[in-house]
Amino acid sequence: MINSKIFERSAIGRLLLADKAGRYLIAALLVITVLVPLCNLLMPAGSFLHIPTYVVVLLGKYLCYALLALALDLVWGYCGILSLGHGAFFALGGYAMGMHLMRQIGERGVYGNAELPDFMVFLNWTELPWYWYGFDNFFFTMFMVALVPAALAFVFGWLAFRSRVTGVYLSIITQAMTYALLLAFFRNDMGFGGNNGLTDFKDILGFSLQSDATRCVLFALSALSVAGAYVLCRAIVTSKYGRVLIAIRDAESRTRFMGYRVEHYKLFVFVVSAILAGIAGALYVPQVGIINPGEFGPINSIEIVIWVAIGGRGTLFGAVIGAVAVNYAKTYFTGAFPEVWLFMLGALFVISTLYLPKGIVGVVTQIRERRAESNATSIPEQGAKS
Amino acid sequence: MKLSHVFRVFVVLALFVAQVVQAEQITPVKSEVAADNALLLNELISARSTSDKKNLINLIANSNFPQRAKVLSALQDGDLYYTKADEQLVYAFSHPDGYQITSVIDGENLGVIGSRKVRKISINNELRTVLRGVLAELSLRSEDVFVRLSAAKDLIRSPSPEFLYAIERAKAVEVNEKVLASLNIATAMINLNSEEQVLRLDAIEAFRGTLDSDAMSILAAMQLKDSEGNYLEQDDLVRESAAAVLSEMRGEAEMYKLVENVFFGLSLGSVLLLTAVGLAITFGVMGVINMAHGEMMMLGAYTTYVIQLLMPNYIDYSIVVAIPAAFLVSGLVGIVIERGVIRHLYGRPLETLLATFGVSLILQQAVRSIFSPLNKSVSAPSWLSGSWEINGALSLTYNRLYIIIFSLVVLLMLVFLLKKTFVGLQMRAVTQNRAMANSMGIRTGWVDALTFGLGSGIAGIAGVALSQLTNVGPNLGQSYIIDSFMVVVFGGVGNLFGTFFAAMSLGVANKFLEPFAGAVLAKIFVLVFIILFIQWRPRGLFALKGRSVED
Amino acid sequence: MSAVVKSPGFHSAEMQSMLYLNGVTKSFDGFKAINNLSLDIAPGELRAIIGPNGAGKSTMMDIITGKTRPDSGQVRFRDSIDLTQYDEADIANLGIGRKFQKPTVVETLSVWQNVELALAGTRSVLHALFHTLSSEQTDKVNDVIKLVGLKEKAGDIAGSLSHGQKQWLEIGMLIVQGPELLLVDEPAAGMTDHETMETAALLKEINKDHTVVVVEHDMDFIKALDSKVTVLHEGSVLAEGRLEVVSANPRVIEVYLGR
Repeated sequence: MINSKIFERSAIGRLLLADKAGRYLIAALLVITVLVPLCNLLMPAGSFLHIPTYVVVLLGKYLCYALLALALDLVWGYCGILSLGHGAFFALGGYAMGMHLMRQIGERGVYGNAELPDFMVFLNWTELPWYWYGFDNFFFTMFMVALVPAALAFVFGWLAFRSRVTGVYLSIITQAMTYALLLAFFRNDMGFGGNNGLTDFKDILGFSLQSDATRCVLFALSALSVAGAYVLCRAIVTSKYGRVLIAIRDAESRTRFMGYRVEHYKLFVFVVSAILAGIAGALYVPQVGIINPGEFGPINSIEIVIWVAIGGRGTLFGAVIGAVAVNYAKTYFTGAFPEVWLFMLGALFVISTLYLPKGIVGVVTQIRERRAESNATSIPEQGAKS
Repeated sequence: MKLSHVFRVFVVLALFVAQVVQAEQITPVKSEVAADNALLLNELISARSTSDKKNLINLIANSNFPQRAKVLSALQDGDLYYTKADEQLVYAFSHPDGYQITSVIDGENLGVIGSRKVRKISINNELRTVLRGVLAELSLRSEDVFVRLSAAKDLIRSPSPEFLYAIERAKAVEVNEKVLASLNIATAMINLNSEEQVLRLDAIEAFRGTLDSDAMSILAAMQLKDSEGNYLEQDDLVRESAAAVLSEMRGEAEMYKLVENVFFGLSLGSVLLLTAVGLAITFGVMGVINMAHGEMMMLGAYTTYVIQLLMPNYIDYSIVVAIPAAFLVSGLVGIVIERGVIRHLYGRPLETLLATFGVSLILQQAVRSIFSPLNKSVSAPSWLSGSWEINGALSLTYNRLYIIIFSLVVLLMLVFLLKKTFVGLQMRAVTQNRAMANSMGIRTGWVDALTFGLGSGIAGIAGVALSQLTNVGPNLGQSYIIDSFMVVVFGGVGNLFGTFFAAMSLGVANKFLEPFAGAVLAKIFVLVFIILFIQWRPRGLFALKGRSVED
Repeated sequence: MSAVVKSPGFHSAEMQSMLYLNGVTKSFDGFKAINNLSLDIAPGELRAIIGPNGAGKSTMMDIITGKTRPDSGQVRFRDSIDLTQYDEADIANLGIGRKFQKPTVVETLSVWQNVELALAGTRSVLHALFHTLSSEQTDKVNDVIKLVGLKEKAGDIAGSLSHGQKQWLEIGMLIVQGPELLLVDEPAAGMTDHETMETAALLKEINKDHTVVVVEHDMDFIKALDSKVTVLHEGSVLAEGRLEVVSANPRVIEVYLGR
């Protein structure tokens, strides 16, 4: 009882009390945070309750995608900025983490060079480029995971929003941005491993990346990050700031004539979103064990959009659902019917835009509203005053 | 010795009698000639003195033995031998077990023979000089203009006074201007080494305006100093006039280099124009973001492939058939997409973008399933290969030249269609005021489908062009879609002239960046430039200004 | 038919004009949308601006609110502020509110939230993130919603309102922004006769505390406003004065009725 009172009074508690779906989501995330590692580590391999390690890794990957989807939903769903370059922020976060893991390999590389990663030795480089300095330090790396995507988002957003590049124009230049980065990271001269990217990681903070325990911890961290990001995004969108974002999305001129500096509002949310995407990338890389320029591919970024569209944009809950559902389908179909997957994905794009403008969450809400109407009690979804 | 000589003559005679008997039924005269030639050639084996050999060489060169050039160059290269056993003249090439030999007279492969069983026909330096002149003259007299040209170019590279006579004789009968020009340069190169100042000055003057790279390096070498600071070329007058001509030649070469770069840029720009002009219709005129535009190009490229499969013996004409076929295939697919998907999404550009992206995935996978994921090879018609050589510094390849012309033709036809035909009028009416057009009895739905079909069809035509330039595979479209969007956005939406200007300037800019930035970095620069440019002019270079586009 | 409503002492004595345009010109691709336009709006005035389509009314509004920059000419607010130096958000914060021709409200937010967003106050990002309403502010929002007659609809999504209600909501949002000058573009467009009269009354009510410029086509509405009228034609002022005087002007009749 006392616990529940504290919960009600805390800021997070107040936030979640008004958000039933969010409560379920947070609860589910907390449960899997505990349960999945337990079932992996403590249950014997043959047991019915045992979760094999590859499933833990797969689930961890889905959670990273969910975090990325949250990031995109924040800008697209709430502010109408359809970024076709969010994969770039994800990849930059991933590369920052990858650089740290590269430095951790130390003398255990193929060439046994304590200072230089293998690919640099291979290219006959004699010293570490300046931008690799500091990445041997974990905390510096964590800082860069947020700073690098944030800096790119800030510069890009500052230019674009100030000049009022909107709509499809913005989408196209975000795509050009990630494409330019793709080309750049493919170059060996850039010092990020070129085509092959960064891989062959050994351990993180001294724990082997191959061990089940490390994988479980990374999984748990991913789940907690999604929960944390959900609460953060929820706090942002339910604040007055969030309502200004919605105003910008639906009536940008009006918002401007009300005296709001639209470009500042957009810039802030764009940078926050980029940081979340960067964190997602940083969690993703140690779990999958590789980061390469392919992550910058324009297709990857568009896929993120479809997760959010399928789940239901403008509902944070929907973004998480969409990311997990689409990626589960991808895993299943690319395994079982590889020929069919692209047809499926293509059809998903077409169907979701034509028939499901509000995604899965929209359909569920519609069904529930109809049921509620038949019970003659209509509950308006968004009409709540703050 | 004597005996063997008699024996040898006998054998050769016998051999040729046999040949003559064989050939008699057809052309008795020719076989007599062949026998004469064989005798002449075999004299090489017995000739001992340099003057004998010299005479023989000249006789062979002036004979009508078809392979005389081959024999003489083998002699010069030291590949001409004779077998000790039967004194037969052979070409010999070293082999682990001795020599691989071939009969000179009839080209018959005589297998491998031990190195002691053959002997080389020896020559000395004097003979080598003679041979060079004779061989050069032989090539210069060839009926094939390419042989003559390459012979003339060889002479430029190895100027030597003994060629002068041959060159002068060749000049007297030469009709091809290019060969003649090269011969003049060759003469000048030789005269440059003479003792006479007047000849040397004339030679330098002869280089003026020729753009010959060998001449330029010789002239440049004349400006060098030795370790003590003295000019290698001691004649001041000659050196200075060389410097003057050199700087003029360099300036001219630079200009042609520039012209060539512009040409490369324009041809790249033409590819961009072809890929973007369809998009300029769908995006610019209709406001529809068609992410499947690249796949329309891919379909055009695959249509070319299929057409070539259907008419394998007429590759030269296949492109001509493929152009309308690709237009129809891509255009029809475009109409289906418009009626099936885009029609429901007008006024919602972001949704259109996503839905058409979905369509593009489906089309890619469809092609992958039908044709396999591997690249297909599309052959180039013969008239597309080769190049147009304007002078020593500038040659334009035909495929680039044709693509420039082709893209301009496509653009002009499109402009004509939009501005001068009734269908074009209807298209413009629908884009400018849908409701008004509708009330005037224009079937707007039909016009929409047609406009989209037109844009897609042009993408198909672009695909035909791309099939000649790049690999035809399921991912062909993806590599061009972003570039095409950049072109349309840079040029200004809704403005075909803007698209043209943007495509050409981006193409040229790319080619000028490439030499010092590399292809990939040049592309990155261009992308970054456009991203920044959009900040400055969010509606592109030639955007329509005015109230209608403000909101 | 009273004289132009002016509340003496309402503004500082020195201020000559609330809005002053002098020799403003703006052309689009050679077409002069505004041609040497001059206009002087006194503090506390209610001014109606009429003119046929393409007379430059909307462009004039765009120039005043910073959406479009003029090619030449002066645009001054409260005598001293050069509006051409500022953008929309600045100008809104300086105290000029604009209502669009098409009602623009945030359709997915409730009526209450719409008004709350427009409520005068700091517009910074940080402020918005941690903002909570004081009871005074809540009262202010409620009062304005009552003023524009949307009390019953306060919790409804703005998208569910009728056309006329959206116009009122937008006017309410303008008022709560606390501007000194209100620019109202065709407020009666698409309204029923009854709504039109109510809107006129509402604007006159608002004029008690604010300077108001109204652009309108509807002559009945202009009559009901009972104010000084400026007639725009081809980007410049054709006539100015009381409606009776202006409508008797032969050039105005020519422009409106055709030759």
